[in-house]
Amino acid sequence: MASYNFRVNGRTERVESWDPDQPLLYVLRNALDLKGVKFGCGLAQCGACTVLVDGAPVRACITPVSAVAGRSVTTLEGLGSPKHPDPVQAAFIAEQAAQCGYCTNGMVMSAKALLKQTPHPTVAQVKEALADNLCRCGTHTRILRAVMRAAGST
Amino acid sequence: MTAALELSRRALLRAGGAVVVSFTLAGAARAQSAGQLARDLGKTVDAGEVDGFLAVHQDGAVTVYSGKVDLGTGLRIAMRQMVAEELGLPVARISLVEGDTALTPDQGPTAGSTGIAKGGVQIRQAAATARQALLKLASERMKTPPDALMMGNGGVKPKAGGKGVSFGALIGGHRFALKLDDKAPLRDPKTYAVVGKPLPRPDVPAKVTGRHVYMHDFTLPRLLHGRVIHPPAVGATLQSVDEGSIKGIPGVLVVREQSFLGVVAEDEWAAVRAARELKASWSAGTGLPGNDGLIRAIRQSPAQDETLLARGDAAGALVAAAGKAMSATYYWPPQSHASLGPSCAVADVRADGATVWTASQATHKYRPHFARFLELAAEKVRLVYLDGAGCYGMNGHEDAAADAALLSRAVGRPVRVQWMREDEHGWDPKGPPQLLDLRASLDGNGRVAAWQAEMWVPQATKGLPNIPLLSPAAAGLQQPQGLATGLITQDADPAYPVPNVRVVAHWLRDTPLRPSNIRAPGKIGNTFAVEGFIDELAAAAGADPLAFRLQGLDDPRGIEVLKRVESRMKWEPRPAKSQPAAGTVAHGRGIAYSHYKHAENYVAIGMEVTVDRGSGVVRVARVVCAHDCGLVINPDALANQIEGGIVQTLSRALFEEVIFDRDRVTSVDWASYPILKFPDLPEVVVDLVDRPELPPMGGGEAATAPVGAALANAIFDAVGARLRQAPMTPERVKEAMAHA
Repeated sequence: MASYNFRVNGRTERVESWDPDQPLLYVLRNALDLKGVKFGCGLAQCGACTVLVDGAPVRACITPVSAVAGRSVTTLEGLGSPKHPDPVQAAFIAEQAAQCGYCTNGMVMSAKALLKQTPHPTVAQVKEALADNLCRCGTHTRILRAVMRAAGST
Repeated sequence: MTAALELSRRALLRAGGAVVVSFTLAGAARAQSAGQLARDLGKTVDAGEVDGFLAVHQDGAVTVYSGKVDLGTGLRIAMRQMVAEELGLPVARISLVEGDTALTPDQGPTAGSTGIAKGGVQIRQAAATARQALLKLASERMKTPPDALMMGNGGVKPKAGGKGVSFGALIGGHRFALKLDDKAPLRDPKTYAVVGKPLPRPDVPAKVTGRHVYMHDFTLPRLLHGRVIHPPAVGATLQSVDEGSIKGIPGVLVVREQSFLGVVAEDEWAAVRAARELKASWSAGTGLPGNDGLIRAIRQSPAQDETLLARGDAAGALVAAAGKAMSATYYWPPQSHASLGPSCAVADVRADGATVWTASQATHKYRPHFARFLELAAEKVRLVYLDGAGCYGMNGHEDAAADAALLSRAVGRPVRVQWMREDEHGWDPKGPPQLLDLRASLDGNGRVAAWQAEMWVPQATKGLPNIPLLSPAAAGLQQPQGLATGLITQDADPAYPVPNVRVVAHWLRDTPLRPSNIRAPGKIGNTFAVEGFIDELAAAAGADPLAFRLQGLDDPRGIEVLKRVESRMKWEPRPAKSQPAAGTVAHGRGIAYSHYKHAENYVAIGMEVTVDRGSGVVRVARVVCAHDCGLVINPDALANQIEGGIVQTLSRALFEEVIFDRDRVTSVDWASYPILKFPDLPEVVVDLVDRPELPPMGGGEAATAPVGAALANAIFDAVGARLRQAPMTPERVKEAMAHA
């Protein structure tokens, strides 16, 4: 079985996969027990599986594990914890920007990537940046407020 | 605060079995087990016993056992607030066990906006009963009359001052052994210190940092991953399976039981690939009408007629109105719950019993169902609730749980099943289509004199305990057959006084896709029709749509919500479609009203839209909602529910329709079943009317009801085109404009 080395949340990990095309999503969730990343569609349509690879947002559900060898992956857990949330996470908590919360991983990770590129986005820019992150509970208004709040504090 | 939280956390760490979501030091939700604790207490699940709902630990922390669950709805904090208020205990010292059939009383499914209105109120009464018992115990211990004592901060102390005694010292670790007392006095709303506060929800920090244990994240030792293979056509039977087609995928076992086909594997990706690549042949399906001809098929289906409401003489008044009577046909299409995460469950089925972890909104209700098809005694079957991706009624959660149970039984190990996207969109039970013919007439004063509604909807099967599940059906196992829809005929008459009203259901024996209750069952489609047609009548009367609604409305709570929307929208009285047409983009405003189920919440929604005359594209700029559900337990969690209900229903009204051909659903991903995206998001303003003196009603459904009509009415105001069919796509808007 082939093995792949890459960095995850600052640590070097070595994982094995019988299939080089196995999506990163399953490796993160099952081999590395990082379950913040969620399976939503497997089609890169909904964004629930978003992680950062070398700082850029990537859909883990269609990214082969072999494609991240030697690269640096950041997951939701890597940003912060309930005790020490990252500023984007803190803004989501302050705005209570979740209902079921299944989309939250993608929202936070995409917002993180946006704010790195565009630290002070307009509302329209945030809407555009999150256009391909779906939320079914209709928590959009709060998510938007949370990202704007984070933009003010980062 | 920190010390209290630490105590609470340790109290819970003693325990083993069910999952308790508790506050921790950092406010994270944490999966912990309370089974041992429950056994220590000889835990009853009798809803008539205080011990069914409440346990006081030795350190004075309290665990609440709730049959109702938090579906991302805020029940988890609201329930704590209700108990905290009655017991005088900080919310952080209260843990909540939800929907575990072994530990919680059966309070009915978490459906129909009953979580707080029924479940919370029942638990509040248990807490009120416990309060009296604790006061009595303290009175005996302190040799002080109960009325000279007060409760607070998790203990009882003399009103006059002096040393108190904690709940832990009074009863910690022991049972109350007390019947729930319906007469136990409740705290006076005037003294509320916790209820009514926008306290943060305990699960949000963990959800936002990836620590929340969802159903999808739950695991067990020796767990196998399963996937099911649904047939290529509804009703198709499995003829043969070519196991050789997946021989290149390691460690996969194929499970077949009649037409139930699944795979299990140690590795999840192996299960996914095996399910995708396994070659199987199936018979033809039983046939669907296809949604192109659906409306015609509905009208032509054999139906049984029932008069649901008759007041005055609607038929006579409509005849008397002769040519002046108006009529219109409205249609709401089949829609999917379209949960963001495909349904998931874990089952451990053994010869002597089964445990199923599920995101079901109805664990108690499904327990006998699972017992029946697993051929186990009901008491040997335990369903444990865990948070799933949001469901808005019964989606695929229970099906996935049945899949996991059958696979686990077949392989003798715990199995986790997660549906793929095409399973969820293709096979979750759907909100059934609703077709309504409306007729009405106005009197000489421009008021509605007569109203007749005829609706074509599937008839729910009387006494059906549960929606039949896919995998037991495929495996040829016994389960009651029939249709479940929720109460889809409510609110087909106006929520205003009309002297002559007749509502008739043309009950259909079947509907093409397996139906279920989907958020505010039927009321979204019915209110779309009723409040759209009311708008048509207002226009015919040359009246301002808001004034038309207010005339004759004598319920002050209804008037209040309409007036609040009027004020927030700075509504100027004028008839709809009275602005001069200028430019490509037309602006419009609309209003709609619901007295939900004509017995519950009062909701008014105003909407501001633009319509592009060229493309037919509708953009919603602003939604204003005034909402009265009686006592508000947690205004922020309630507002979250209302905002979500509005945005989700806008999505349903603008974009959503399940597409199917003669064989199966073909809208099986987010491209073919689009939902609202961020660029479509309007400003949403929620104005809550709090009525502490009244009982609390639910917050999850009512605000959805007027959304479709407010949208259609605003489109009419903008371009004079009347939309009577959802989704209100650009093509439909253009077509309506052509006929305007």
